[in-house]
Amino acid sequence: MNFVNSVDDLAGRVGDGALVAMPPEYSWVSMAMTRALIAKGVRDLHVLCVPIGGMAVDMLVGAGCVGTLEAAAVSLGEAGLAPRFTAAIQDAAIEMRDSTCPAVHAGLQASEKGVPFMPLGGLIGSDIEKYRADWTVVDDPTGRGQGPIVLIPAIRPDFAVFHSPRADRDGNVWIGKRRELMTMAHAARDTLVTVEEVVDDDFLADDTLAAGTLPNLYVSGVAEARAGAWPLALKGSYDADRAEISRYAAEARTEPGFEAYLEGALAAARPDAAE
Amino acid sequence: MSYRPEELLITVIARLLEDDPAVRHVAVGAASPIPGSGVLLARETTGGRPRASIIHGESNNPFTDGAREIFDCAGQGRIDVFFLGGVQIDGEANINLVGTTGAGGYPEIERRFPGSFGSAYMYFVVPKVILFRPEHTRRVFVPKVDFISAPGVSDPGVHRPGGPKFLVTELCLMSFNSDARRFRLESIHPGHSLDEIRDNTGFDFDAADHVPVTPEPEPARLDLLRNKIGKEIGATYPGFAAEVFGIEVEKTERKAS
Repeated sequence: MNFVNSVDDLAGRVGDGALVAMPPEYSWVSMAMTRALIAKGVRDLHVLCVPIGGMAVDMLVGAGCVGTLEAAAVSLGEAGLAPRFTAAIQDAAIEMRDSTCPAVHAGLQASEKGVPFMPLGGLIGSDIEKYRADWTVVDDPTGRGQGPIVLIPAIRPDFAVFHSPRADRDGNVWIGKRRELMTMAHAARDTLVTVEEVVDDDFLADDTLAAGTLPNLYVSGVAEARAGAWPLALKGSYDADRAEISRYAAEARTEPGFEAYLEGALAAARPDAAE
Repeated sequence: MSYRPEELLITVIARLLEDDPAVRHVAVGAASPIPGSGVLLARETTGGRPRASIIHGESNNPFTDGAREIFDCAGQGRIDVFFLGGVQIDGEANINLVGTTGAGGYPEIERRFPGSFGSAYMYFVVPKVILFRPEHTRRVFVPKVDFISAPGVSDPGVHRPGGPKFLVTELCLMSFNSDARRFRLESIHPGHSLDEIRDNTGFDFDAADHVPVTPEPEPARLDLLRNKIGKEIGATYPGFAAEVFGIEVEKTERKAS
């Protein structure tokens, strides 16, 4: 059984320096875990955005939890630039590994298959490729005449972390059509999930549900966290709290503003349930 | 009929899609309400020819295999048109979405922007990429980008079925010729001039002796936009729909299971 008592117990498993994969804002980010990781004071994380980061990553960077960041982009979407990320890059406070969306997916897919790399088209002539010492350009060894191709090394996260509406009594986790969560979990050594609720059901007994279920084979820990994606949306369950995200975007523009926001966010009782 | 600048840009984009029978499937990326509206408008005016896929959209989003599917789909040649922008764009259509760099060059960043997203791949594999960047200034249109998120042209040995074909800005429409490695001015938006465009462009480009004026949005297209498309795009971009079309979009109920 993979249930734990609290989000803090789940966050407790993530040590300093861990490689943590996180989904993009449209795909069920665990803000509850983000807050717990910050409260715990984890340091020097290598965060992999799959493939785009948002408010959670910005908060982790602002709180000093991140040493290395790999992402195709980091932004608050309609709320604008991610302020603490922007500041950290401009101050060269973290190591940035600029990537591009399909390269992140390809690296995880290589791990999924247990192979050392995945070839990917495009990229050649981009400065992303130029500055990624870990990417290799080779001539197509199959001789199909498509010229040089880039090999993306397998990315094996220590942890995949996300939120979901529900897990069943055996710790199988519903992901619906958010298949990047499946890829992340397959690739990661451990997958830690917060859920709105644990239901007394067996998702694998029904093929319709099973097709959108991450089996507990890949799940190391599940903790309940009501409104665990707040203030982000949990697509299919609740909408984003746009006022709260805008408030963050405004307050986090300065370091003192961010500190004040963070203090409030960690202290405040979270809403029991978003609408 | 008066119109907003966004509505002009939407109709410019729609015409680029309407006029080309090879356009069967148009995909629109994140944070792209004007291209998204242009695609939905073109679909309407052509009787549904181009399939419109809005990535992460609340509607018109057919993808069920996760975030990678759009790239796999494009890599197979199933997407004919995609939109890209840039913090900087240069005369060889190199685009930079990462930011401006200091004297030492990357990774020394002066002003950081979100990042390259999927550009370093999509620019290579989608046959007709439309560059869309409303701000037409020398800050954007530079002689040479500080960082190449994706190159405008590639060496002959590099497999590249796709690339840039057009550039749409608040001042004009340009086309791009990858053999000549140059932009060409196609039309100037109403109220603007060739001199103004030259003054605000940091690279040289081709222009005919008499460059046509971009047609204004037709009343029928404006009607469609305001009465039909606005609501549809508002499902994904409520802020944009409220500002441009004055539409407050009601939340749609979707079930995840």
